[in-house]
Amino acid sequence: MTFDLFVIPFFGGLIFLLVVLFIKYSRWIALIDRSGRRKIGYGLFSLQIFPATWEVFLESLLHRRMWKQNKLLGYMHMSFAFGWLLLILLGNLESRIYSGGHLNPPYYPIFLKFFVHDKRVLPFELNTLPGFFRFIMDFVLLYILSGLVLAFFKRIHSRWFGMKNTSRHNRFDQWAITCLWLIFPLRLLAESLTASIYGGGGFLTNSVGDTLAMILPAAVTPGMAYVAWWAYSSALGIFFITLPWSRYMHIPTEVVMIYLKHFGVKSGKHLNSFSEIEMRACPKCGVCIDVCQMKDAGAVGSTPAYFVRSLRMKEGNSLLNNNCMLCGRCKEVCPVQIDLLDLRIASRNLENQSIDKPFSYLPADVPDSKGINVLYFAGCMGHLTPSVKKAMVSIMDAANVKYKFLDQDGSVCCGRPLMMAGMFEAARSLMEKNRQAIHASGARILVTSCPICYKIFNEEYKLFGVEVLHHSQYLLRLVEAGSLWINHSGLSVVYHDPCELGRGSEVYKEPRKLLKRVAKLIPIEQERENALCCGGSIGDLALNQDQRNIIRDAALDVLLEPKPDFLVTACPLCKKTFSSAGTAKVIDIAELVAQQLEKADNLIEETVEESIL
Amino acid sequence: MNEKKLAFGYTVSKDRQIDFDEASLELYNKVCAAEPSIRLCISCGTCAATCSAAKFSDFSLRKLILQVRRGITKGLQAEVSKCMLCGKCQLACPRGVSTRALIMQINMNLQKTGK
Amino acid sequence: MNKQVAIIGAGIAGLEAASILDSMGFKVTLVEKAEHTGGHIQNWHQLFPDRRNATEVAQGIISKPLANVSTEFNREVTSIQPFAEKFIISAKDGWVFNADAVLITTGFELFDAKRKEEYGYGIYDHVITSAELETLFKKENGVTLRIGRTPSRIGLVHCVGSRDEKIGNIFCSKVCCVTAVKQAIELKELYPECEIYCLYMDLRMSGRHYEELYKQAQEEYSIQFIRGRLSEAAEDKSGKIIVKVEDTLLGRPLKMTMDMLVLMTGMVASAQTASICSSAGIQKDSDGFFKASDPHLYGNITGIPGIFLAGTCSGPKTISDTLSDARSAALAVQSYLSAEANN
Ligand code: SF4
Ligand code: SF4
Ligand code: SF4
Ligand code: SF4
Ligand code: SF4
Repeated sequence: MTFDLFVIPFFGGLIFLLVVLFIKYSRWIALIDRSGRRKIGYGLFSLQIFPATWEVFLESLLHRRMWKQNKLLGYMHMSFAFGWLLLILLGNLESRIYSGGHLNPPYYPIFLKFFVHDKRVLPFELNTLPGFFRFIMDFVLLYILSGLVLAFFKRIHSRWFGMKNTSRHNRFDQWAITCLWLIFPLRLLAESLTASIYGGGGFLTNSVGDTLAMILPAAVTPGMAYVAWWAYSSALGIFFITLPWSRYMHIPTEVVMIYLKHFGVKSGKHLNSFSEIEMRACPKCGVCIDVCQMKDAGAVGSTPAYFVRSLRMKEGNSLLNNNCMLCGRCKEVCPVQIDLLDLRIASRNLENQSIDKPFSYLPADVPDSKGINVLYFAGCMGHLTPSVKKAMVSIMDAANVKYKFLDQDGSVCCGRPLMMAGMFEAARSLMEKNRQAIHASGARILVTSCPICYKIFNEEYKLFGVEVLHHSQYLLRLVEAGSLWINHSGLSVVYHDPCELGRGSEVYKEPRKLLKRVAKLIPIEQERENALCCGGSIGDLALNQDQRNIIRDAALDVLLEPKPDFLVTACPLCKKTFSSAGTAKVIDIAELVAQQLEKADNLIEETVEESIL
Repeated sequence: MNEKKLAFGYTVSKDRQIDFDEASLELYNKVCAAEPSIRLCISCGTCAATCSAAKFSDFSLRKLILQVRRGITKGLQAEVSKCMLCGKCQLACPRGVSTRALIMQINMNLQKTGK
Repeated sequence: MNKQVAIIGAGIAGLEAASILDSMGFKVTLVEKAEHTGGHIQNWHQLFPDRRNATEVAQGIISKPLANVSTEFNREVTSIQPFAEKFIISAKDGWVFNADAVLITTGFELFDAKRKEEYGYGIYDHVITSAELETLFKKENGVTLRIGRTPSRIGLVHCVGSRDEKIGNIFCSKVCCVTAVKQAIELKELYPECEIYCLYMDLRMSGRHYEELYKQAQEEYSIQFIRGRLSEAAEDKSGKIIVKVEDTLLGRPLKMTMDMLVLMTGMVASAQTASICSSAGIQKDSDGFFKASDPHLYGNITGIPGIFLAGTCSGPKTISDTLSDARSAALAVQSYLSAEANN
């Protein structure tokens, strides 16, 4: 007997799912541009397939990154994904014992215990093949059920999972999640009842079955068992049917996304069908909600989990697009590694691309300045922090650098704010202006005090032959080359990683190395990749002043916790934002160096005098 | 309308006068709904003084805000397009006006109406 | 037995109230954080609007008879704790004192102009504050730039640290507009050839004879007023200050090179306000100053019976307003203590 009517919901659901997935993925992949498709074509037959498969194993099954975020959450996701896979694989192998190694209809291994009642082996008989499988199958089922119990507690106490916020569900989600909750308990019930009637259960199903047999009258158990098998099959079927429109679409989509990423397909600056795949790869795990400071400002709706969902549901709006600081904290922790910043910028682009900004008023002439080595660019914000400008000028003078202060009396904006707003064309016309001025100078090094400028100079300007440095990098280089003499201040400081310099440009080392030469650097809880945003971010286009102040004050609480003498930053915007609170002494890294330079200067003079004497 | 014909013994050139009876505050109301901080502006001019775009052009955010408030939309799109979105004004504004959000709202609303 | 009143702060409000309470027969102790009495007025040269000599006014207050008044110097009060109908007052240095009633006259502090970094105070040599200018007037009866030349253009910047959301002070300090006009006149007298500009958002000439002073500044001293708030200052190679404002009335940006920039720093609540509030159980207002229980009817009374307020500790005031406030506070203290005695 290898067929019963009750397998139809499962089997039908499975076929439906496969067809829908096939249609959906083919459509998205067909929509990927030509070069992307070529990449997929090459990728499929390249060695990339191996690391990609390895990553699928690590992330989609074991959920390694999620483990890193939170052990319980990782265990829970792994028990479902990896456990289920084991159940399918092992079930398949087990079924071959009874079918003589032939290929079976797909439902056969799933409902094996309905079709085969092997009474020969005892529940704990591990030394025979059937006994071993029986044990291991029950063990895996128990493993999945343990994850289920965790999931149950997560719904009640999400805090245990390190998460203060979990995301809401839509109607398909509701159906899918209810079925998912039911699938494994129903399997346990069906297998146990069957075992109680016919025997042949494993250590789990057998004992549960025995217990049930004690409670239930013998007359009803066969009927109940049959109903349980129907219910099990139906839960599976409904889950499969609702899956493509529910959050669980992320399960197959993450796999597809990982492969595409390894083949080199990217979403980049415009929403394309890879972005569609990214949107659907999000399991709404909620990890991003916890790190996103927007929720402190009362804008939970703007956190990535919700943003991505509204994009997917085509419910995006300009408030959602605009209300994000582009700080990158979410992207750093997202276990699926969705490029949440690009998604946000791309949706802004969709909305704002038609806004015309010709900047025809910019002067055509380019300042001429030959014979210099270094160009210094303070940046727009830098003009509101004159102490930083002054520090840089005095340091470069002290080091005898042949430099030119490119934007001494006002900057043409670097274009990064427009880029962040999705207005790429407009940004490019500003960039072109600055690029001309930079190249005309003949300088080999471009130093900027503003991380916002640094990021775009570095990534988008394509300044061939010109090295772009943030002032923290440049000053460290001067010091290490022996062109600058600085001494230790004895002050204790905390360093704040500016978003655009830290996560944005991965410059973590140099500022710290430089700082350690002038002060005692106190480590804090959230730094480097996990640093908080100051709240002043130019990436956001919707926060009001009060909300920004809330974000700022919460960040200051963390930064000032060790009570440093100074809070050091390396960004004029962070400096202005933090100092506006009036609760901390905030100083730029360049100022600190300049202060220690003066003392070093005196020292040199003294030693010179001494040696003359 | 009859009142319109009333002569007061002097005339004001039509182009010079802000005719509040005729002015449409549609744009202001829309912008205000999306970015309420426009109401906080006291026309101090700090934004215009610090403005990166104003160094090269006659752009004034203070003036722009006033024009929106008074329902003057003529030529506004060309004006607002001059902003580089650099954010200096936002840092400098003593009233905490979310200037960049405001500029985007004006931008978008004008784009929609095609004015 | 004479009731004991403690007055926290021996500025003009504290002194004025002390002399009145003293004459009423109370035992008064003035607790002052500095080494001398008088407070800010000691650093002032002339007072608006009539340019009365500040030292004379200070003397007028200080020289009032204080028969039963003792003064504790160098005692910075950090807490006032109500305890069994009395108040325990503690200072930073560990000094403790008991009183039957407390009058808080802790006054104000000047806004730290360094916090307004873009104005260049503490960064450029020739950016000074209005208080520093006053001290210079008083000490040297003249202002000499460090470079030694006679200034040919000076700018006075209104609203520094006041009416500024970006540093968290949204209130108006009330006295700096007229102070700016007064100082502009004094500067002009000192340097008749010098051009003097006031950069303002609004000119708040609300007191008696202020408007006359403003008119006089225009008419007799040719002071120029530009309606535009300073966005930032820069320094050129010769140490001159370049300022950027928008001439909002003309609608055009304006760049100006100055020999000196004077920042009209506003008033902020004094540093101990927060700790006194939390220890005494009285309220701090949204602007950081002490909050009266009813600013209309009982401006000197706090939420805790026996603790009173006078002067600028409850918000910016002029000197004359401060003195009247101190007198009314003395009456409030008296009516409280005599009611206590009758009970
Ligand atoms: S965006 Fe990433 S971190 Fe956020 S819910 Fe989705 S998968 Fe989780
Ligand atoms: S970039 Fe920052 S502000 Fe934006 S969603 Fe991510 S964590 Fe939140
Ligand atoms: S700086 Fe702010 S308050 Fe002043 S004019 Fe500009 S927007 Fe208005
Ligand atoms: S954001 Fe626009 S209006 Fe504001 S300072 Fe920059 S260019 Fe000027
Ligand atoms: S008195 Fe004048 S200068 Fe002082 S804060 Fe008020 S408006 Fe500004």
